[in-house]
Amino acid sequence: MGGHQMSVEEVKKHVKGYYMVFAALLVLTGVTVAVSYLHLSVMGAVLVALAVASTKGSLVALYFMHLISEKAIIYATLALTAILLLSLMMISLYLTVF
Amino acid sequence: MSVIIPYVDEPHPMTGVTNAKLAIWLFLASEVMLFGALFSTYIILRHGSTHWPSGELNVPLATINTVILITSSVTMVMAWASLKMKEFGKFKMHMALTILLSCIFLVVKGFEYHHKFEVGHTPASHTFYAIYFAMTGLHGLHILGGIAVNAYLLWPGSKMWLTEPERFTGRIEVSGLYWHFVDLVWIFLFPMLYLLP
Repeated sequence: MGGHQMSVEEVKKHVKGYYMVFAALLVLTGVTVAVSYLHLSVMGAVLVALAVASTKGSLVALYFMHLISEKAIIYATLALTAILLLSLMMISLYLTVF
Repeated sequence: MSVIIPYVDEPHPMTGVTNAKLAIWLFLASEVMLFGALFSTYIILRHGSTHWPSGELNVPLATINTVILITSSVTMVMAWASLKMKEFGKFKMHMALTILLSCIFLVVKGFEYHHKFEVGHTPASHTFYAIYFAMTGLHGLHILGGIAVNAYLLWPGSKMWLTEPERFTGRIEVSGLYWHFVDLVWIFLFPMLYLLP
């Protein structure tokens, strides 16, 4: 529904969810900072940072940006974007790490 | 003579979403590629560099800024939710808070930049600082743009609430989508630039 035709009751339920996501984002920010003091190897640190950032990013995109319930055309646009972004990242990694 | 534009505040029958929403998502898709290019630049520069400074940036300040930006995303979504619940006063409060937090973010960033310049770290001093200033600078410009749009929507633009509430709510949703994207970019920038060894 993407937030277009929602009743007041539904919005109130969403508001509770927003504050839960807020709490989760704060905890994950703490986690990512705390992990940086553990002095992991570069690869370990990159993987943990990427995992935590992706989780936080997904929470923002799914709940604040309402991607959890959006129309097909938005998903299609983002799927194409994701493919292009991943290709770009793969090319960069191919040129360097591998 | 006034021209009536169809589907200005209701979903277009072909897409199922408002034109404004489809447009902002297309814009954000292009933004993903813009920042994506810089993330890819970071990977290549870092791998090709013999020395990579780490632990030189101010982690506590950046952590505070991360919390500030996340909070501003919550106030932004609450501004939209307040309109959905027909509470215009709450909308104004949440929008004002969003703008205030965005300004605080920029002030903190300004202190960080100032300190870096003082100790001689400029975009020309090291590849790391070149990509650091490029990425945080571009991100900062996005914050500035968001503040301008949100300030318009809070003050002169909010008159639309009286005449076309649905359309105005749509504008806040669209502005919010942009704002959450700016938050999302920072969520990746923060660990990459500040925390990685």
